[in-house]
Amino acid sequence: MTNTASPRRIPWDALAVAPFIIFAVMFLFLPTLGIIGAAFTDRAGSFTFDNIFGLFTDQILAAYWISIRISGASAFFGALIGLAIVLAIIRGRLPAPLRSAVMTFSGVASNFAGVPLAFAFIATLGRLGLVTIVLKFLGLDIYRSGFNLLSFWGLTLTYLYFQIPLMMLTIAPAVDGLKKEWNEAAQMLGASQFQFWRYVGLPILWPSFLGTLSLLFANAFGAIATAWALTGSNLNIVTVLLYNQIRGDALQNPGLGAALALGMIVITSLANVIYLVVAARAERWMK
Amino acid sequence: MKTNRFWAWLTFALGAAYFIVPLLATFEFSLRMRRGTYSFDAYASVFADPYFVSSFGYSVVIGLVTIVVGVLVVVPAVYFVRLRMPWLRPFMEFITLLPLVIPALVLVYGYIRLYNSSSIIPFTGSALGTDILLTGAYVTLALPYMYRAVDNGMRTIDIGTLTEAAQIMGANQAQIIGRIILPNILVAILSGAFLTFAIVIGEFTIASLLNRPAFGPYLVGIGTNRAYEPAALAIISFIITWGAMGMINVLGRFAPRTSARTD
Repeated sequence: MTNTASPRRIPWDALAVAPFIIFAVMFLFLPTLGIIGAAFTDRAGSFTFDNIFGLFTDQILAAYWISIRISGASAFFGALIGLAIVLAIIRGRLPAPLRSAVMTFSGVASNFAGVPLAFAFIATLGRLGLVTIVLKFLGLDIYRSGFNLLSFWGLTLTYLYFQIPLMMLTIAPAVDGLKKEWNEAAQMLGASQFQFWRYVGLPILWPSFLGTLSLLFANAFGAIATAWALTGSNLNIVTVLLYNQIRGDALQNPGLGAALALGMIVITSLANVIYLVVAARAERWMK
Repeated sequence: MKTNRFWAWLTFALGAAYFIVPLLATFEFSLRMRRGTYSFDAYASVFADPYFVSSFGYSVVIGLVTIVVGVLVVVPAVYFVRLRMPWLRPFMEFITLLPLVIPALVLVYGYIRLYNSSSIIPFTGSALGTDILLTGAYVTLALPYMYRAVDNGMRTIDIGTLTEAAQIMGANQAQIIGRIILPNILVAILSGAFLTFAIVIGEFTIASLLNRPAFGPYLVGIGTNRAYEPAALAIISFIITWGAMGMINVLGRFAPRTSARTD
């Protein structure tokens, strides 16, 4: 069999990998290159930087800025709170079954995003939501004291529902990697708990923390469904602006729309490059 | 040490409250439809809506096709790259990271520009073409998760030895993939499949920009027109997500047995 195989052998390797490559070219490379090309093309079809310069208007810069702030705030608080919960569960020696239940729930909650999440928060903190009513009954009218679900903090609070679990799922292996022996060794050398965390624990977790932070940022930056279902087209974040542009050429300039999309790719790429570089450094500690 | 545990429980309790209260509040809200008393009227209203049935059915079908296409694209590629072309691995890892880097909104913008009715491949020119484009978009969205699941599955079994053993017994290439490799990584594939399903079933952005009657755009429509049905739909969606993730967890318990099985 081995003698006759070589001349008429079917090139299985190439045949099997081809669909994957064709798929990547059709649904990832060409569409992205198309956007990048269009961002540098004017209406007549010649090369231009005008679309990029066109981004520097008050409306567009404000949209980018609100998006960056919401993504940054939800990533920052999500990472902080997620880390705190993971530390509490793993290092605080809470019962083991609790840990597996929490991790399963995190898997569900990190995927419970988009439109249903917006509905859930309207039912909770909307004007007729249960928490709003209960707080009003207790004498605290959150809407009169300035809270609004359809605002920066409202959206950030909603995003935390998928950011915190995502942080927990990504950071748990790193926290597991903090060996008990390190804590014992530090104690034997006379270190307090605070000193252990200050000089051993947190410096080891730092790269994983920073890496996941940028992952969470990119995750929130590209999100639109939750914001759309929550606020409609009112909120001027960059995804909503681009959505309106795709729907009905809201900027009245296709090239500018492409430049807007290119700007998003640049920002999420930066966040992911930081993630990859920092995550590679963090893995050294895992071994 | 005692204070340590106290803080641990307090942190856990505050976290749990943040995650459980919205679910309880949503459930309570969904029961408020009939005045003065709790009832399941909102759920009855949802299930009686023909658009709920049709949009949900549409998304389920697209989700299943997405899973099948995803498996067909990913499994053979991962198998042959692991077995014969390890130099392609970094390239594949790069490709499967891209959908996490490029927002879905930007990708669909690219599709609409590239595959419009006056292009070489006019996907958006017909309903069937747009369905194919939507499926392709969803396979792309699920690519990072499907790739990682399949790649992990193949790591736990020794595909080199399995392949050689099968070749010595006289199996051809299709038999090796279909009857040796696939059954051995079935648990991994199913995990990827359930995750894909959870992502696709309520997806809004791509479906709405491609104008397809999917579950995500239906949800947004209900959100702007009704008061209590959205809460009921949020609970239903949560149960679906929970079901898909629960299946992955249950399957995970079978995974080690699969890798040890040599019969």
